[in-house]
Amino acid sequence: MCLAVPGKILSIEGQDPLLRSGKVSFGGTLKNVFLAYVPEARVGDYVLVHVGFAISVLVPEEADRIFRYLAEIEEGDFLQGEEAS
Amino acid sequence: MKYVDEYRDAKLARGYARALARAVTRPWTVMEVCGGQTHAIVKYGVDKLLPGEIELVHGPGCPVCVTPIEWIDAAVEIASLRDVIFCTFGDMLRVPGARGDLFSAKAGGGDIRVVYSPMDALQAARANPEKQTVFFAVGFETTAPANAMAVYQAKREGLKNFSMLVSHALVPPAMESILSSPANRVQGFLAAGHVCTVMGYTEYEPVARKYRVPVVVTGFEPTDILQGIYMCVKQLEEGRHEVENQYSRSVRREGNAEAQKLVRAVFRPIRRNWRGVGEIPESGLGLTEEYEAFDALRRFAVVPQVREGPSECVSGEILQGLKKPGECPAFGVRCTPERPLGATMVSSEGACSAYYRYRGARHEP
Ligand code: SF4
Repeated sequence: MCLAVPGKILSIEGQDPLLRSGKVSFGGTLKNVFLAYVPEARVGDYVLVHVGFAISVLVPEEADRIFRYLAEIEEGDFLQGEEAS
Repeated sequence: MKYVDEYRDAKLARGYARALARAVTRPWTVMEVCGGQTHAIVKYGVDKLLPGEIELVHGPGCPVCVTPIEWIDAAVEIASLRDVIFCTFGDMLRVPGARGDLFSAKAGGGDIRVVYSPMDALQAARANPEKQTVFFAVGFETTAPANAMAVYQAKREGLKNFSMLVSHALVPPAMESILSSPANRVQGFLAAGHVCTVMGYTEYEPVARKYRVPVVVTGFEPTDILQGIYMCVKQLEEGRHEVENQYSRSVRREGNAEAQKLVRAVFRPIRRNWRGVGEIPESGLGLTEEYEAFDALRRFAVVPQVREGPSECVSGEILQGLKKPGECPAFGVRCTPERPLGATMVSSEGACSAYYRYRGARHEP
């Protein structure tokens, strides 16, 4: 029910900020999405879409934090292991 | 698909599972609040990757599950009226009320339409001026901006034939209700990333301090959940209780200001009943005075009647993290997704249904 799916904005239309909408591609499937809540969104951005509305613009710099975070804790655990032995 | 596939990586998941095994020294009980996360945990077997010390319990975060019986009855009553087009998200169709469900009301001749967005319901109202169109507005904070926009536009366009049956629930009051119960077992929370995308996470900061529980705002893919659990367990092990943000690719601390602005204009917090759980103060949304003309209960003079009868269903305890689906004697026997007794079996995000679908009728508890 609270599912939200990431998709890429291909085009934007509408002058009224409250009615701004865009074509968003979800792995090739196109849908019309309301963009009223992401005024900062531009063509090419990835947005998170829930029941027809974009609720956020995904931040590319944060996207791979999940990999860096694991590398950091693994390194930390490894160093700790070294000290202990 | 970008922003999806990389978070389903098995190697990454195993990496987090190993890190967790190294970090944990004692038993901990962690609750994922959101039904979408429950679904992903059971589907991908996230719980099976965890060290034995960590128990995951499933929270109240499925808006379909917690919609009160009397609201389903009101929906059935309105949807059965002549010249009403009743629009709803598909997951509400089979939720049992005291007097049947929307699916049978549809079979009985009600004009009930499944929509993807509240804006589709608004479109139905515009296209059918001779009829009344009602939208069943079910959801948490994540869905409130979309529903608020539909009402806002209806007023702006002066639509006289559109209204909403509002059954909105708010997550932080439900978390507090769980934490303040004497039976509570939850020691740390994974907060719902999509709810926080809209609302931000400042509301959780006083909760984390007051109850001394770590809260980690977490995403929905399996490795997001594993990282969220790791961050939560790390705090528990170190005796910290802060709000941390695992889902930073979507969530900012202050949330989505534009969305909050419209939600605040259209809705106001009210007391509400959570199916199986009971009443929680300030845990729901009702329309503000300016928009109350769009309240379907008013328009059709329907008064929801509370009548939660005795039942063997323990979904209320499941929603509060006190029990698991396998502990219900009806699970998979008298209660299945085809013939659900309780709400956690009805929605694919309900814990009972997730276990039934991915673990079978006779899974290990
Ligand atoms: S299995 Fe069915 S009856 Fe048992 S708790 Fe779940 S929903 Fe209720």
